[in-house]
Parts: sequence; C-alpha cells; structure tokens
Amino acid sequence: MRIGVLALQGDFALHARALARCGAEAVEVRKPAELEGLDGLVIPGGESTTLLKLMEAWGFVAALAEFHAEGRPIFGTCAGLIVLAREVENPRQVSLGLIDVTVERNAYGRQRESFEARGQARLDGRPATIEMVFIRAPRIRRLGPGVESLAELRGESVLARQGTVLVASFHPELTDDLAVHRHFCELVRRARVAA
Amino acid sequence: MADTDGLRIADRKHIGLAEMLKGGVIMDVTNAEQAKVAEDAGAAAVMALERVPADIRKEGGVARMSPVRKIKEIQQAVTIPVMAKARIGHFVEAQILEALGVDYIDESEVLTPADEAFHIDKFAFRIPFVCGARDLGEALRRVGEGAAMIRTKGEAGSGNIVEAVRHMRAVLGGIRRLTTLPPEELMTEAKNLGAPIELVRWVAKAGTLPVPNFSAGGIATPADAGLMMQLGAEAVFVGSGIFKSSDPAKRAKAIVQATTHFKDADVLARVSEELGEAMPGIETSKLAEKDLLQTRGW
Repeated sequence: MRIGVLALQGDFALHARALARCGAEAVEVRKPAELEGLDGLVIPGGESTTLLKLMEAWGFVAALAEFHAEGRPIFGTCAGLIVLAREVENPRQVSLGLIDVTVERNAYGRQRESFEARGQARLDGRPATIEMVFIRAPRIRRLGPGVESLAELRGESVLARQGTVLVASFHPELTDDLAVHRHFCELVRRARVAA
Repeated sequence: MADTDGLRIADRKHIGLAEMLKGGVIMDVTNAEQAKVAEDAGAAAVMALERVPADIRKEGGVARMSPVRKIKEIQQAVTIPVMAKARIGHFVEAQILEALGVDYIDESEVLTPADEAFHIDKFAFRIPFVCGARDLGEALRRVGEGAAMIRTKGEAGSGNIVEAVRHMRAVLGGIRRLTTLPPEELMTEAKNLGAPIELVRWVAKAGTLPVPNFSAGGIATPADAGLMMQLGAEAVFVGSGIFKSSDPAKRAKAIVQATTHFKDADVLARVSEELGEAMPGIETSKLAEKDLLQTRGW
C-alpha cells in the first residue's frame, strides 16, 4: 500500500513516519505527477495559506479533485482539514471542498491558547481514547449531511469522515498514538478492494 | 516528533508548532504592509522586528524589541503565525510579547543583548522560543533552557551565506560525531560542548536534535535557500534578503518555491530568473569581531 504525503510545507515527515509504522509505504509528493500510482494521500499540518498558494501554483487543485473522484482516500489534519473543507471562515478563503464541513481558522486563539487533550473516538466500530494536540487549531463549525463525526471534544467534532475523506482538527502525527493513521490505512485498504 | 520522554524540554505543542513550519520560509518584517507582502508570497510565518539586520548594522545604536503598536498592526494584518524578537536575556520584553499573544519569541543575537551572561528561562513562558546557535553545544544549551526550535545563526544582515553554511555544518557534524562515541566518552564530550549531559546522551542515541533545526542569517537568493535545505535545514528564516532587494514580492515568492522544491534544480533555475537585484552583500571575513552579531550568546 503506497500512501502519499503532500510535502509542499508542514509536518509531512511526521505523517510519513506514522504511516510507515502502520506498515504503509509513505511517499513525499511535491508535484501532481507524483500522485500517480498512490492509493491514498495525506495533507499534513502546516500553514493553510502557504499550502493553498503552493497547491494552486502547481496545479494540485484539479489533480486532487480527480484523485478524489477516482475513489482514492484523502486524510487532512489541521491545515489539511482547512484545505479540504467546503467552507472556510476567519477569513473566508478558497478551499478544495472535498468534504462538506464549515471550518473556522485559528478558532481557539493564538499559540498561547494551543493545548493537549484526550478524547473519545469511534474508529472502525471500536471506541478508543486518543491523544489530541491542538495547535492554533481550526474548529469544525458545521457538519453537512453525510459527514460522520468520529470524535468529539467539548461537544464539538474534531475528527470527521465523509466517504473516503477523513479530517482532524488536531495532530495525531505529533503523538505515538497510531489509532487515527491505522483507521486511514484501513480506509485506503477498503478503497483498493472496492477498486 | 522524536520520543523525548524523560527529557526536560519545551512542551510538545510548542515543538509541534515548529514542526508545522517545516519546509517553509519565515520572513522578517517591520510593519503591516511588509507582513502582507510576506503572507501573499506564501511565508509560513513572519518575524516582527524594529529594523531589519542590514539596517541595524548600518545605523548602529541599540536594537530592541519591535514597538508594541507595530506588532499589533502586524497581528491584525495577517493570519499566519507572528513571531517577534526579544533581546538576549531581556525576559521583560519576552513577558510583553507573551501578553501580546505573539506565537513565537526569537531570543535573538540580532538585537543588542540585555544580559552579558544569561539567557531567558524559557520554561517560565506559555509561548515558545526559538534561539540561535553556531554549534551543537550552543544549540543544546538553548534547548536545555527550554527553546522549542533552534535556528543556526549565520551572520544576519550580511547577505552572505558562508556563516550560515558554517554553522549548519557545525551543528549537524557535531550530532554525527556524538553518534559515534562510546558511552564512557559522553560526559567529557558534554563538558567540552558546554551542554547538559542528558541532552548529549539523547542526541548521541537519536542522531538528531530534540527540536526542529532551521537556518538563518545570510539567505538572499532562492539558491541560498536551496543550499541550506539540501545541507539539512528543516526551514529557513530570511531577514534583510527580501525587503532589501529590488523586488521584495517576487523574491519572497521565489524563495518560498525554492524552499519547497529545494532538490529540484529545474525549479530552482526557473524561480531564479528575472528576480531583480539581490541585497548588497558583505564579505564577513573582513568584519571586525566587534561587528559580528553571531558572537552574541553565551
């Protein structure tokens, strides 16, 4: 199983390490042509404005729409969530719109307000307690119909999935807890079987 | 992030913010307009300071923390992280920056030191610090004080990459050397480095710093950014190099592209075209010891 990690900017190396620990082959992606032959893609944490500018400059917007339409799973954390969301607020900005959620950027505050927490998740039908690190994190303000919340914190969804698109407002890749990456690898495995 | 259980270092969420900046460019800005230019060009963060290093060098005088009003204007103007510089040892400038909600403090040799012997106790703050280093010992002393990110110092405001290269090679070479030493030699090595033994042992085992390692001081072109990334920097700081060039917006964009595609010579060649004039450089070997910024820090 080959899973790409968008390596334009951000903590892509940590995602690659987590995927490798789950038994996947992780591949850094800097150009759309490198999406060829991948079974899934992770869009890492980073700065969403920087990521979007680099994605637009290199034609990733159309390439990822196609990647998604082909049924290949995509997982976005923090900035990756912002990039994948249908609607982005504070400020409004363009995004790929591959998952029907509304996201508010920097919604907990600045770095001084960044925090860690433990939360309950439901992954592949099993409840799990997972470590969550929130860094200048976005908040998921609206879940569209067809979007399933997989974990909540203080009554708000922090991990959600619609079909083959998985998003988290926290950073599982900063912890040694592989539960969320395992869940994504399972999504990728199932998508391969379906294809 | 590397497994740092048992080490007393900065919080994971603070080291985590540095992780998020990897592969990015952090640009020095003195006001809101420059911050906007930086953000539009794709900067991963901006660094607020009173004057860019080239001007500090030219004009002299005491270089301090940026005026509070300027920092607030910059925070209003952009959504990316805003860092700001405090003088070495000036923990009250740091307290003010924390109160303003700055995202990262750079305890920086570019400003005039406030203390000739001691750095800030960075564990006492709720926001993270980045500090400069010229070699592994200096890097580990700063990590031991709570820095969540290291940047090699280079020679700020020089437009000359040679010092940045020297410092990056010194830090990474120092790490490689540690990994080859038998355990009985580590205590003497810690003494020679002037670094905490726990961190020396950790680095010897892990083969990396426990916090991200970025490059600063002298980056003026896309090729400079590519060089530092290929040498092993995880992101770059660009100070005078952008706003002292003839077309800051264009150069800023080019350096962002070069930092992402640092291994791709075709991209580096393309973004290096039609950039206008780079900032004028200084032959750093001709600078008198007293004019060097990199020697500040203890």
